[in-house]
Amino acid sequence: MSTSQAHATASARETTEGTVYTVTGGDWDEVVESAARADDERIVVNMGPQHPSTHGVLRLILEIDGETVTEARCGIGYLHTGIEKNLEYRTWTQGTTFVTRMDYLTSFFNETAYCLGVEKLLGITDDIPERATVMRVLLMELNRLSSHLVALATGGMELGATTIMIYGFRDRELILDAYELITGLRMNHAFIRPGGLAQDLPPGAVDHLRELVGKLRKNLPEYDKLATGNPIFKARMRDVGYLDLTGCMALGATGPILRSTGLPHDLRKSDPYCGYETYDFTVPTTESCDAYGRFLIRLEEMRQSLGIVEQCLDRLAPGPVMVADKKIAWPAQLALGPDGLGNSLDHIKKIMGTSMEALIHHFKLVTEGFRVPPGQAYAAVESPKGELGAHVVSDGGTRPFRVHFRDPSFTNLQAMAAMCEGGQVADVIVAVASIDPVMGGVDR
Amino acid sequence: MSGEEPPGGTNGTNGNGNGANGNGANGNGANGHNGNGHNGVPAARGAASDVIGVRRGMFGANNGGDTSGYGGLVRTVALPGPASRPYGGPRTGPGTEGVFDEIADELEGALEEQDLLPENAIEKTVVDRGELTFHIAREHLPRVARTLRDDPALRFELCTGVSGVHYPEDKGRELHAVYHLRSITHGRLLRLEVSAPDADPHVPSLVDVYPTNDWHERETYDFFGLIFDGHPALTRIMMPDDWQGFPQRKDYPLGGIAVEYKGAQIPAPDQRRSYT
Amino acid sequence: MGLEEKLPSGFLLSTVEQAAGWVRKSSVFPATFGLACCAIEMMTTGAGRYDLARFGMEVFRGSPRQADLMIVAGRVSQKMAPVLRQVYDQMPNPKWVISMGVCASSGGMFNNYAVVQGVDHVVPVDIYLPGCPPRPEMLMDAILKLHHKIQTSKLGVDAREAAREAEEAALKALPTIEMKGLLR
Repeated sequence: MSTSQAHATASARETTEGTVYTVTGGDWDEVVESAARADDERIVVNMGPQHPSTHGVLRLILEIDGETVTEARCGIGYLHTGIEKNLEYRTWTQGTTFVTRMDYLTSFFNETAYCLGVEKLLGITDDIPERATVMRVLLMELNRLSSHLVALATGGMELGATTIMIYGFRDRELILDAYELITGLRMNHAFIRPGGLAQDLPPGAVDHLRELVGKLRKNLPEYDKLATGNPIFKARMRDVGYLDLTGCMALGATGPILRSTGLPHDLRKSDPYCGYETYDFTVPTTESCDAYGRFLIRLEEMRQSLGIVEQCLDRLAPGPVMVADKKIAWPAQLALGPDGLGNSLDHIKKIMGTSMEALIHHFKLVTEGFRVPPGQAYAAVESPKGELGAHVVSDGGTRPFRVHFRDPSFTNLQAMAAMCEGGQVADVIVAVASIDPVMGGVDR
Repeated sequence: MSGEEPPGGTNGTNGNGNGANGNGANGNGANGHNGNGHNGVPAARGAASDVIGVRRGMFGANNGGDTSGYGGLVRTVALPGPASRPYGGPRTGPGTEGVFDEIADELEGALEEQDLLPENAIEKTVVDRGELTFHIAREHLPRVARTLRDDPALRFELCTGVSGVHYPEDKGRELHAVYHLRSITHGRLLRLEVSAPDADPHVPSLVDVYPTNDWHERETYDFFGLIFDGHPALTRIMMPDDWQGFPQRKDYPLGGIAVEYKGAQIPAPDQRRSYT
Repeated sequence: MGLEEKLPSGFLLSTVEQAAGWVRKSSVFPATFGLACCAIEMMTTGAGRYDLARFGMEVFRGSPRQADLMIVAGRVSQKMAPVLRQVYDQMPNPKWVISMGVCASSGGMFNNYAVVQGVDHVVPVDIYLPGCPPRPEMLMDAILKLHHKIQTSKLGVDAREAAREAEEAALKALPTIEMKGLLR
């Protein structure tokens, strides 16, 4: 039935299970046409890359038989940005500016993973000031909250529940206000730098954060009330996107997907970094292996994160936020100017007027950067989506030789086929939303 | 200060176990640890095997215009060299050997049980910055990975994917594939590294052992042109299907364009003069 | 498009222009064209605090055939560019494009092999919106500026006249590369 229209891009061959089409690029219309000519009920549906329910520019290729999905495949790469290559042409410090834009919902995690990797290469892991580490944890946990809020919001919106989307973005705005106070930016901060942080907390930030924690403590139960017991929500999510422990391990799925199978694997506990072993929190799990379980885990993780944020606020002791080594510490003794931008006028006066050496040092550090001894390092953090690893290679130069990010969204998205095949078309949306892939992280 | 220093002095914490080792930027001498070169592939590494390049000058001026005095500067780039026993690593208890030694013992033992000489499979072992790396001969990679996954004492269940690295000056071993394996059972992390020459960019696929590597290997193929033999569908994943070349190799330009603004022209990032 | 394009220049045409502009600007339907970071800010703009509903624009259409504004929110990769053009082609006239963020406008910091250096290589852009990502207020400002542009847009002979004048002005203008002085 389909031997005659074999062409360069989509070839077909007969197997015992029917006609198998091999799609290797080319014209989608021709592929669909040749599939349509086969006189069975199966339809190949191309969903995306521009589709309101695909979580960004994700392309889903579904073979459906009536309402049942018989095969599901992902097409990715529509947001490939070449960040890893671009990093190789910038200094180590400038690298944070790029990595923060990978998974744009978890900026602080990207920055921390990268910086931990660079610090490991530099051998200064133990020299990072306590205050910088606590602030990193603080920012990461706030980031976990905002990322999970977006996961709930967009996940709800894809189910058709606009209310939860409005609520999620409402609370995310509160967190973004805190980011803005601390880093000056709402997204893409580049605030965590190799060696520490770009600057200290501004005055009033601790009070603001305490107030924020109070507000969120009040708001988080609303998601419970809105969704957890909601019969429609449960009917859509329960037993959908099922992936058990074996599947998770085989497919490398981490994060809420893995924890929804009952395995409490969390790098914050199993391979602690940034002093997480000293914080008091639990790793929530469910046994349900489905989208609903992942939703519950995200809710509980947000509560735990709030607890960690409070512990961080209690621990914040005055001190430096950058390593003492002036050959690494960026920006070289700069303070923020009165306009919120640029350099402190006092410092400029000093380096321009009185200290030639300081000026040279500043110039060298900013234009050349620091050298990192050759070698490679792998640093992993538990991002809201799973294990986020940074493989950082140096050749002894002032620029990275190679930086590779093992992004959890990328790996977890592979599980889409296992979760969706055999289910209904509408459940594909739920399953993908429960993976919570962010295409910026998938494609980088 | 070099790779020969026994890294057994690691202090048992995570992070930078042996910082002194990490700062050793100089090459290590001959060590005779890995006199491999069996089967001819990958190319045998010489005595100063870990030198991957030589940098000259300082400011990226190649056309003789450098009057800074740094023009004669020559620096060799050497990656950390092979370590010798004991490998060290965090200790599980007082009086026990380091975790890295445990892993190496178990792996070597398990390979011997399968009638595979560990020296043939493991080209060299590097301990650097508190991380253990096994350089594996590429033809033995699936066997080693399967052993690491299945042996009860090893149990590296989770592979966090492949990272390709292109070392154009590491002749005969230009393309490296780096795998990070994580053992959830034992809470350990391990790095496997295999290399392939540019002329024969083939590495066996690990999809059979770790299905999660499906997309990771496609990505590495897409960016580096490393062909993973045995992969079920090795096609481009990030770049368009008709893309020419492998964009993250070092010999592929960054591909930026010059930016013009008000009489000034700023070259693309890879065309600018820069520190070397 | 229709009868209004055939009206003679003068009082009648300018009245119709005003009416059509008012109607068009008051019910702009954006297509959901979220790509990267900017898409999150675009969604934020539609959500509670910034409330794009104040301008009658909170409904993002899933189908390009029901939309007349494409907000290109994020970096456009070489792989996405043909898709973007197809979505644009599927939108009915009249249609407008906001290039949101510096990546969509010029490639931004991603000056490399993967990213299209400005979405205006692919589709005509009405408003360039800088920022990485632009704040929701900036997006609203861009939308209000676009509203003004829609309100004052011409029809029929006037549109042709306006296009001719714009082209003449552009030909006379000094190219950026020949400009001197401070970078502003």
